[in-house]
Amino acid sequence: MSKFIIRRALGLIPTMLIIITVCFFLIRVAPGGPFSSEKKIPPQIMKNIEAKYHLDEPLVMQYGRYVVNVIRGDLGPSYKYKDYDVNYYIGEGLPKSLLLGTLSILLALILGMAAGMFSALRQNTWVDYTWMSFAVVGISVPTFVLGPILMFIFSINLKWLPVAGWLDEYGVAALVLPVVTLFYQYFATIARLSRASFLEAIRSDYVRTAKAKGLKTSYIMMKHVLKGASLPVVSYLGPAFSGIITGSIVVEQIFRVPGLGRHFVQSAFNRDYTMIMGTVIVYSLILVIMNFLVDVLYGYLDPRISYS
Amino acid sequence: MSDVILRVDDLKTYFNTDDGIVKAVDGVSFELKKGEMLGIVGESGSGKSVTNLSLMKLIPSPPGKIMNGTAMFDGENIFDMSDEEIRKLRGNRIGMIFQDPMTSLNPFLRISTQMIETIVLHQKLEKDAARNRAVEMLEMVGIPNPEKRINDYPHQFSGGMRQRVMIAMALSCDPEILIADEPTSALDVTIQAQIIEVIQELSRKLNTAVIMITHDLGVVAGICDTVCVMYAGRIVEKGTNDEIFKDPKHPYTQGLIKSVPRLDQPSKERLFSIDGQPPNVIDLPECCPFHPRCDKAMAKCKNTYPPLTTFGEGREVRCWLYEEDK
Repeated sequence: MSKFIIRRALGLIPTMLIIITVCFFLIRVAPGGPFSSEKKIPPQIMKNIEAKYHLDEPLVMQYGRYVVNVIRGDLGPSYKYKDYDVNYYIGEGLPKSLLLGTLSILLALILGMAAGMFSALRQNTWVDYTWMSFAVVGISVPTFVLGPILMFIFSINLKWLPVAGWLDEYGVAALVLPVVTLFYQYFATIARLSRASFLEAIRSDYVRTAKAKGLKTSYIMMKHVLKGASLPVVSYLGPAFSGIITGSIVVEQIFRVPGLGRHFVQSAFNRDYTMIMGTVIVYSLILVIMNFLVDVLYGYLDPRISYS
Repeated sequence: MSDVILRVDDLKTYFNTDDGIVKAVDGVSFELKKGEMLGIVGESGSGKSVTNLSLMKLIPSPPGKIMNGTAMFDGENIFDMSDEEIRKLRGNRIGMIFQDPMTSLNPFLRISTQMIETIVLHQKLEKDAARNRAVEMLEMVGIPNPEKRINDYPHQFSGGMRQRVMIAMALSCDPEILIADEPTSALDVTIQAQIIEVIQELSRKLNTAVIMITHDLGVVAGICDTVCVMYAGRIVEKGTNDEIFKDPKHPYTQGLIKSVPRLDQPSKERLFSIDGQPPNVIDLPECCPFHPRCDKAMAKCKNTYPPLTTFGEGREVRCWLYEEDK
């Protein structure tokens, strides 16, 4: 198992390198550049700027220089916001995005599994129907619709929660709407997934054996059912993480969260090469690490999987 | 008789389905004596498994429901017991083995976890003591190197070994009754004999009464003291092993015995089989359910269900053929 973990962890390096390479060249294939949208710049000044950022060098040289810097942990200067480098913006935005994303996925997991379990235990009763109606709504309504609706009801009409903003202005209340908007869809999917797998596990032969041994239902659920029933949910976590990340970009825009998402979008419009690269690297690093963790967790949960 | 430990009387278990009421078990009565080995034989859907799941109150409900009957165990009716009381019975005083050892053990938990939890629950032992007991049981059912193997997961065992683990688990709290629900049906023929032997040997050693449910007459013939033959939710014939095999009375039992392949039979001869299909037990009309397949069927077989005919102690048949003898 530890061998597998090391091997799999080492595999993250080439994955990241490929992402960096593809992204680096793709950006440069796109028309325009970081300074092309400005008013006419005299050729001499343009040349100076390009020299400063090494944009006058051959592409391969630029690429080599960039990769070396990234390995050193330096994502380079922002082409747009000249006073700070990319590391600064990521340091500013990432913790906020992480807080939002982690809270959402954790809540989705805990509440989703609980909803799935109770629905399965009370199959075809009002408990089941209530949870599953909630879930169907969650799956069908996209975040960019749900966000404004929640905002309209709870912030504008009822005035319970701030319309938009962040912790420094409104405290924890600022978290509620963005987290609910972001988490709902994943809660819904996890609830439906886990309901199905709980149902399957509850009807399984090994649960019948556990009952025939005289074990209590609550004990059977926690000890015998939970592990097997969480497997489909765990494999869904990989895609869920990427969904949470892209979803958080939208949600951050709606609720004016000063996270990394707006830099991700804005840098693309600005052709801010280093900023685009920086945000892509951070987001994909989170993704590959999460997928790695999911793989490890899966192997830990299911003893039948061997990684030899 | 004081040595009867389980007396089932007129058990009826029905299932409510969209197509109607399935009378899976419809008036089953039998007795189990201390240390006795009772065989319940019948084809698929005859109600043998439902009978025994009812005794443990393990019928999925809804749709299943125990409609009627009593099961007296140690002076108490199992069907009147609360959930709490019945849990103290399960795994402790009545052990159970199921058909498919591949799926009956939890694939996600170590054998040790699954065995120890039962012993700790019922015997109130410390974990270490329970572990020793579990290892002892594994050794008894013939698992080599049990101290090491107990830490393995079910998928690391072969089918036969898993069934041995199931037996060890079911017997770990020294139950008075062991219910074995088709314990060999999912196993290779060579392994079947070994498993039967283990069950027989241990039940003798521990003085455990066994209810052996099977569709395989060969399994029953070798080891059971008493045999019940079930058809369409009812016991159609009951007797000792000798009586059933040497002097089968019910045409269905006769057919079953004739359809067992024999080594001394000329190989060119076609194997006997009972024509037709077992009846659908939904809305069964009031008749002998076997009459469409019976070569001795009479007019009254189509109209009324045959009453119980008794030939001395514990010998019972439900067939019109014998009614006039009395």
